Amino acid sequence: MSKETGKYLIEGEKGKWEVVIGLEVHAQVTSKSKLFSGSSTKFGAEPNTQVSLVDSAFPGMLPVINEFCIQQAIKTGLGLNAKINPYSVFDRKNYFYADLPQGYQISQYKNPIVGEGEITLDLPEGSKKVRIERLHLEQDAGKSIHDLDPINTFIDLNRSGVALMEIVSKPDLRSPNEVNAYVKKLRSIMRYLGTCDGNMQEGSLRADVNVSVRKDGDKNLGTRCEIKNVNSIKFMQMAIEHEAQRQVEILESGKTINQETRLFDTKKNETRSMRSKEDAHDYRYFPDPDLLPLNIDKNLIEKIKKDLPELPDQKKERFINEYSLTPYEANVLVSDKEVSDYFEKVAKTSDKNLTKNWIMGDLFASLNEKNISISESPVTANNMAQLVDSISSGLISGRTAKEVFEIIKETGEEPKKIIESKGLQQKSDPKELEKIIDKIILENKDKVAQYKAGKDKLFGFFVGQVMNVSGGKANPQLVNEILKKKLK
Amino acid sequence: MSIDKNKIKHASKLARISVDEKKIDALTKDLSSILKFVEQLNKLNTDKVEPLSSILNEPLRSRKDEINDGKIREKILENSPQKNEEFFVVPKVIE
Amino acid sequence: MSDLSKKTLTEIVRLIKKKEIKSEELTQSFIKNIDNDKKLNSFITNCSEEALNKAKKFDKSPKLDKLLPGVPIAVKDLFCTQGVKTTAGSKMLENFIPNYESTITNNLWDEGAFLLGKLNCDEFAMGSSNETSYFGNVMNPIAENTVPGGSSGGSASALASDLTPTTIGTDTGGSIRQPASFTGTVGLKPTYGLCSRWGIVAFASSLDQAGPMTKTVEDCALMLEVMAGFDKKDSTSINKKKENYSKNLTNNIKGLKIGIPKEYRVDGMSKEIDKLWENGKKLLKDSGAEIVDISLPNTKYALPTYYIVAPAEASSNLARYDGVKYGFRSKKGNNLIEMYENTRSEGFGDEVKRRILIGTYVLSSGYYDAYYIKAQKVRQLIKNDFDQSFEKVDAILTPSTPSAAFKIGEKKDDPISMYLNDIFTVPANLAGIPAISIPAGTDNNNYPLGLQLIGRPLDEQKLLNIAYAAEKKINFKQNLNRWWEK
Repeated sequence: MSKETGKYLIEGEKGKWEVVIGLEVHAQVTSKSKLFSGSSTKFGAEPNTQVSLVDSAFPGMLPVINEFCIQQAIKTGLGLNAKINPYSVFDRKNYFYADLPQGYQISQYKNPIVGEGEITLDLPEGSKKVRIERLHLEQDAGKSIHDLDPINTFIDLNRSGVALMEIVSKPDLRSPNEVNAYVKKLRSIMRYLGTCDGNMQEGSLRADVNVSVRKDGDKNLGTRCEIKNVNSIKFMQMAIEHEAQRQVEILESGKTINQETRLFDTKKNETRSMRSKEDAHDYRYFPDPDLLPLNIDKNLIEKIKKDLPELPDQKKERFINEYSLTPYEANVLVSDKEVSDYFEKVAKTSDKNLTKNWIMGDLFASLNEKNISISESPVTANNMAQLVDSISSGLISGRTAKEVFEIIKETGEEPKKIIESKGLQQKSDPKELEKIIDKIILENKDKVAQYKAGKDKLFGFFVGQVMNVSGGKANPQLVNEILKKKLK
Repeated sequence: MSIDKNKIKHASKLARISVDEKKIDALTKDLSSILKFVEQLNKLNTDKVEPLSSILNEPLRSRKDEINDGKIREKILENSPQKNEEFFVVPKVIE
Repeated sequence: MSDLSKKTLTEIVRLIKKKEIKSEELTQSFIKNIDNDKKLNSFITNCSEEALNKAKKFDKSPKLDKLLPGVPIAVKDLFCTQGVKTTAGSKMLENFIPNYESTITNNLWDEGAFLLGKLNCDEFAMGSSNETSYFGNVMNPIAENTVPGGSSGGSASALASDLTPTTIGTDTGGSIRQPASFTGTVGLKPTYGLCSRWGIVAFASSLDQAGPMTKTVEDCALMLEVMAGFDKKDSTSINKKKENYSKNLTNNIKGLKIGIPKEYRVDGMSKEIDKLWENGKKLLKDSGAEIVDISLPNTKYALPTYYIVAPAEASSNLARYDGVKYGFRSKKGNNLIEMYENTRSEGFGDEVKRRILIGTYVLSSGYYDAYYIKAQKVRQLIKNDFDQSFEKVDAILTPSTPSAAFKIGEKKDDPISMYLNDIFTVPANLAGIPAISIPAGTDNNNYPLGLQLIGRPLDEQKLLNIAYAAEKKINFKQNLNRWWEK
């Protein structure tokens, strides 16, 4: 990484190289049934139980489109600030593979449902706009399982025909970090819209990564290679790093890059060429004669626009204003819809600052530790609100709250109940505290003298003593106030 | 434009149909004459014509997002030349 | 009762409804003819036994309010019939037994009819003579060793030889009308989208249409009434109200305008065909119609256009035949690609392979614009020709075929000369409009020749009426000496 400009550059033997990246993200549409058939799309079902005659391409079977999938694509397009095309066409993409029962995939080629758009990435060095080329709808393929039998492959068509949105970016990305931010932003937008759950482990989100390199300062694009079907952000970053390095080495040795399709080998951490592809790219696209062109009414687009939920960027602005958050804090709280909903639920009624600190600090730490999502945490929004309220009302001290949090995190018990049953209420009665402090002052005359003579650090000693005696429950602010008064 | 053996071999690869070497000459002759026949269309000037997008003047009909199919694994697998209880079975691909 | 198998469908239905005949004796009469056939080879699957059981069942509790009560019907082997082998005339589907029923055949059974058998056809509906079927050639009952036409050759042959009272076929470039013309029967290709394609083995999706093949126009109207209808499982199915084609059938065509397209008078057209065409004009004029000369300037480009579009769509539709989910799988092949290549080269016949290769080629990179897009542009022009003509006329009269039936093997070596059979029928498929062929007379060999009427989209009633009027005046009679039983 170049330190001077903050730019991501590959240091070759003969100079610096810039990496140019474009992404084709395949996002599974959230819908009950498939794009062209009435089979379920639920993840994890027994093999071939979510397959209809249409999905397995029996003779005479015909596709009928799912209206909800169209709406989901429009919604996503609007979320990408993109143009919704009033006229689009479904084309057949013809190729042979065992998990492609029709021998073609119904996709969109020259006339996609969504045109150009853009999204904004929040990077440490500032925000960056990434342009979207297009979004189109297409069928997903089934699954080939190669490792259950030595000489055969098993085919499961459950996934065959599930609706995918293919989102193609322009080659505006320049580093693995930007790719990370881009995928996370896309994912966040779709989760907010409810159009894709973005669950990469379940395969709801996958990407083909196009990588090329050029000398730093060069304006022309180099020859690119496509790395297919990468299903985690970490692998995307590793693949890009490796592929960019590979290309730089080739170019610096005087050779040229072959435009080809490659796979990322996750075990060897390298990309390799897909052998069977010499003539595979002639997909012979033509409009699917079993379907008619799709005309989208302006009124439908307007209606969907009107009903769009608040998107991450809008919510971020609002959070900054309403909850006095910094842009960084707003970013963190907004990136996941579940987190932002949780934050708002608590912050609407409880102290904003405490809320944000507890969520971004202790709660996030506990989620990471247990590798769970916020919705799975025993620290529910209600529990969190109660905890924060207990602190701001003075019922317990901040220190005690940490203890209470540890218990909630394991048991999901309500804070108020925990505080009561364990008698953790703060001691906030000034008279009681004065008694304790007076006793300590009496028992530590020498230290009092030292403090009054100028050893300020001893203040902490007195506080510590009060805490000891009170079992940690003394109200720290009051202790401070009273001590200050009495040690004058 | 006539079609030569190489183009036929390429098309047959795309179509996953193996062509017998013994038959390729006759096939070349037949396909050439068919292509020559259809190339009559070049006599027609179609510069200002839009290709037919659909023979019907109807909107694309859609269906509601409901689960009303699937759960018929036995039916789906029963006609397969090679299968087991859960899957279609095919020879391995060489990747 | 005289031979029931020779009666028209309309007459049969009338007799059943009046309880003058029973389904069992009716079915027996067809079974007898099927059993006695030694040469025609129109059946791939004979369902006589089950048909007889269904006939008996019908007779026990007859539902006489249906449109086809107790009628046994054999259908082209392109319609998927549940539990009954459906082969599409191909080795690829030689043993395929669908566990679902096509919408069209379901419509027949819902109206009281039942399956008599599956009829031979050109492989995957590709052919004009029923000489490409894996299950052997079909003979035309008009003379030994003549072709019945194709691809619905088995249907036309079985119908003309009284092996089934009526039947259904599919028409992509003329596959109903041309065999009808060759066998002296009636065949209708409806408007694209009127009859559902769900459950019919697909050949060329934007051209395929199922249609009735019958002995008379009256029978045709009745069959169309049963077959037509909106199917929500087919995205290209037209949503319109059902029509009573048979009730509204009339031969009163006074004031209707019939167009005669000059471009259909092709070079070298035989005098006999010309004579029949002229005769047809005269008859319709006598019935009160007005004859109008029209021009369909792009007619000669229809056949080349068809032979780009249809193979292109077929190459894609037939990609599903890969030996994985159903059908034939080659025993040869050590990996997936080899399995595919062997399965498809062994499972498909030569004509199918030719068309798949042409289709693949015209869609391939570098050729798509020059061939496929070009063809779709010409297709638009052909459709425009018809749209403009129908502003002046109600229907168009042409010959159905450029010749009568030819000998088996006569055209097999030259694909182009085989394709030329469809020269008059193909334009209606390209434009998606309805067309019917009725027997108009015979040639010098006494082989039947047909006249074709082409109509506006969804104007089948008018088309049937005109055909009805012409049929009455033509009064075509065919007496075959059942040589195939010897």
